[in-house]
Amino acid sequence: MSIAESPVRPQGPPLKVVYKSQTKATWCPGCGDYGVMAALEMAFKALKIPPHELVLVSGIGCSSNLPHFFKTYGFHGLHGRAVPVATGIKLANPSLTVVVAGGDGDGYGIGLGHSLHAMRRNLDMTYVVMDNEIYGLTTGQASPTSTLGAKTKSTPLVGVIEAPVNPLALALGAGATFVARAFSGDPKQMADLLAQGIRHKGFALVDVFSPCVTYNHLNTFDFFRSRVYKLESVGHDPSDPVEAFRRTLEWGERIPTGLFYRAERPTYEELEPALKDGPLTTQRAGLPPDVDPLKEFY
Amino acid sequence: MQELALRVGGAAGDGIATVGETFCRLFTRQGFYAFGHTGYQSVIRGGHVWFQARGSPERIWSQGDGCDVLYALDRQTVEVHAPTLRPGGVLVFDPEKFSVAPEQVPAGVKLFPVPTLQMSRKFASEPILQNGVGMGVVSALAGQPLSVLHGILTDSLGRKGTVLSQNLSASEAGFHYATEHIGALDRALPEKGGTPKLLMSGNQAIALGAVAAGMKFLSQYPMTPASSIMHWLAAHAEKFHVVVKQAEDELAAINMAIGASHAGVRAMTATSGGGFSLMVEAFGMAGMTETPLVVVESQRSGPSTGLPTKTEQGDLQMILGASQGEFPRVVLGPGSVAEAYRETARAFQLAEDWQTPVVVASDLYLSEDVQGLDREDLPALPPPASLFTVPEPMEGGNGYLRYKDTPSGVSPRAIPGQRGLMFDAGSDEHDEAGRLVSDVLSGIPAYVEVRRKMMEKRMRKLSGIRAATPPPTLEGPGDAELTLVGWGSTALPVRDALPLLKGQGIAVNYLHVAQPWPLHGEAIARVLRSAKRTLLIEQNFSGQLGRVITAETGIRFPDTLLKYDGEPFYPWEIVTKVMEVTGRVHR
Repeated sequence: MSIAESPVRPQGPPLKVVYKSQTKATWCPGCGDYGVMAALEMAFKALKIPPHELVLVSGIGCSSNLPHFFKTYGFHGLHGRAVPVATGIKLANPSLTVVVAGGDGDGYGIGLGHSLHAMRRNLDMTYVVMDNEIYGLTTGQASPTSTLGAKTKSTPLVGVIEAPVNPLALALGAGATFVARAFSGDPKQMADLLAQGIRHKGFALVDVFSPCVTYNHLNTFDFFRSRVYKLESVGHDPSDPVEAFRRTLEWGERIPTGLFYRAERPTYEELEPALKDGPLTTQRAGLPPDVDPLKEFY
Repeated sequence: MQELALRVGGAAGDGIATVGETFCRLFTRQGFYAFGHTGYQSVIRGGHVWFQARGSPERIWSQGDGCDVLYALDRQTVEVHAPTLRPGGVLVFDPEKFSVAPEQVPAGVKLFPVPTLQMSRKFASEPILQNGVGMGVVSALAGQPLSVLHGILTDSLGRKGTVLSQNLSASEAGFHYATEHIGALDRALPEKGGTPKLLMSGNQAIALGAVAAGMKFLSQYPMTPASSIMHWLAAHAEKFHVVVKQAEDELAAINMAIGASHAGVRAMTATSGGGFSLMVEAFGMAGMTETPLVVVESQRSGPSTGLPTKTEQGDLQMILGASQGEFPRVVLGPGSVAEAYRETARAFQLAEDWQTPVVVASDLYLSEDVQGLDREDLPALPPPASLFTVPEPMEGGNGYLRYKDTPSGVSPRAIPGQRGLMFDAGSDEHDEAGRLVSDVLSGIPAYVEVRRKMMEKRMRKLSGIRAATPPPTLEGPGDAELTLVGWGSTALPVRDALPLLKGQGIAVNYLHVAQPWPLHGEAIARVLRSAKRTLLIEQNFSGQLGRVITAETGIRFPDTLLKYDGEPFYPWEIVTKVMEVTGRVHR
């Protein structure tokens, strides 16, 4: 599928819409997150989402500064808590397009619990995790996805002695209905996956290898460029959860990117009785005039 | 004052709560005021549970002192509660289960053995039906007609056909048994009081007040004693069009509520002290992002897990100091079920008017106990006015400043979806437009100035809130020998103690600080400086409100009545302490 396929809103604004703000990104030169920013912009453009209907939600970390670089609505919250803020926004107004952006420490470390629960709820939102296998903003400690043996500021002697989290396998186990992996070195593929994820009705996880050029000298652009291959090139069937799980375990000389898994399941918003009459933001508030709320207390 | 108190006790699983609530309704349906107090433990089966239902033709505010009927389902109930029976009272028990010796009850109290199990077996084999007999017995002793009890049972068991008919028969048998053997107590209330009263818990009042104020979103994680807010709202979610989201933890609960509020609906979360401890970081974020937020903190005995099913007012200092840095917050401490309704509604208005977090500080005592009320105590509220201060659409609204520095500190608020008003809400320090000053700009002289300005803009709200909110009320006689000072649920037993003190010839009034923050220091100082003598009364160890008042006014409290054993104040404790402080009695 190509991002040029039918937009989310056919009646949307002309393609001239500006998504980027005038705030200059503050990442290190060469940071993988620039690729994610570019891919997100490409996806928004392709889908023609009006900027005022887009909400970018983030936590804390280098990558979590991303909302400031876009001229959309944004919420730059606390470390690890982007997903619950996004959940509240989406439940209050499901007509908004909600994209959560953050890093591996944010989403797989301090905020892992929220990530898994959001997946099982299948809220219609997209979560892009800029996974650099390191804590960057705090100057180079081990992250939940750091490689075994990696020497960091917090593991200087024998390196990391904890097995890394496998975010895609976790996502499958947690019930995510769209599970994908991209690489900052291939913004086009990433833009396509992000666009698919945003279009997907349900929770979409897009884990992105987004190298940290300052603190991670192990998982570099070259490291990934020499290893990644595209799942579609091997005829992977994204509707097969068992095969998807098998692919998430591949790590080493060859590492797959692309769409691992996609499934159709009702979203949380669709099943929530209070949203039957539309977004909460457009419903009347207060006690309904035709109900005596005190009757049941006699 | 005419009153009657019916008490039931047994083990968890004995159906004590149902029996107790039924006793309360015997009063409220007949037009009497009531107060229902429950005592329970953190177990699902076993342990000791009790419930006191107190009724009176006059307004009552607490569980009162003592009881007139004790329906004891086990021996422990007799051991714990028989000493509280007043002269003329009756102890109801089943001799098949245990025996009671006459010296186990105070003088003037009758023992009334009733074969409840044996009688109930005529209708069903389940032992729980003994309560049908027991409720019939107590109705007769309370002097209320069987038809009232039958009406209550029909409404509560209506859907369970067989169970209902068994209970109707069993209660009828019990009623006649008691009528034949003892009849109504001398203290029994007349058959009919005023108009029927409604019966409501503090948590139900909070939930109803929230909906009435326009709340559309609740996110909560279960924790005693706040859970029943979520239970009631979840059951009414469809009827009232409210999203009720049980979150994975309290961190998620408060962040979801902030998200929903950011998106443009009135949102709330509720918890107890342990959960609030987890919410603290996000509580500060609501202050920093200037997001309206209502947090219900229903306190229980701490520290740590503490006494999960017992009451305390030990969290005030935590609530006042919660989260790093400084930001404006409001703390409300309602002092009755009706106040819980009104103050919750006020919390939403304050949160929105001032775009900052507001805490409704309840406690287990207020949250879970039930009070009989008049309909007029819970006035209907006008539908909430528009939430947003920026007109839409605003094409090319490039000049929009979400955090514009204004004289009041409150800035025009836009919500996602509004055209042309896009902004970032940041937990980092930011400028008027919402741009970060935390990263590449902090420390640069122009942005040092921005930081100073933004702090002052936010903190300025506090004086505005203080000026816009009513100072505490002085309840009771203006000219008093002693002024009690307290906050929150302490008002309940105090209001029952004041008439008792008056009966002793002691004029006492009560300064009810329903808004501990921002404190109305000047108004409080005026009252306290003209008071002949003060007595600080709080349900905690260190007199936390007293410390706040001292810090704000310089006035100290030499006399205190502080309780931290998990049990609420009883009116007699207050009376005794006042008599001691005023020199009536000496310890």
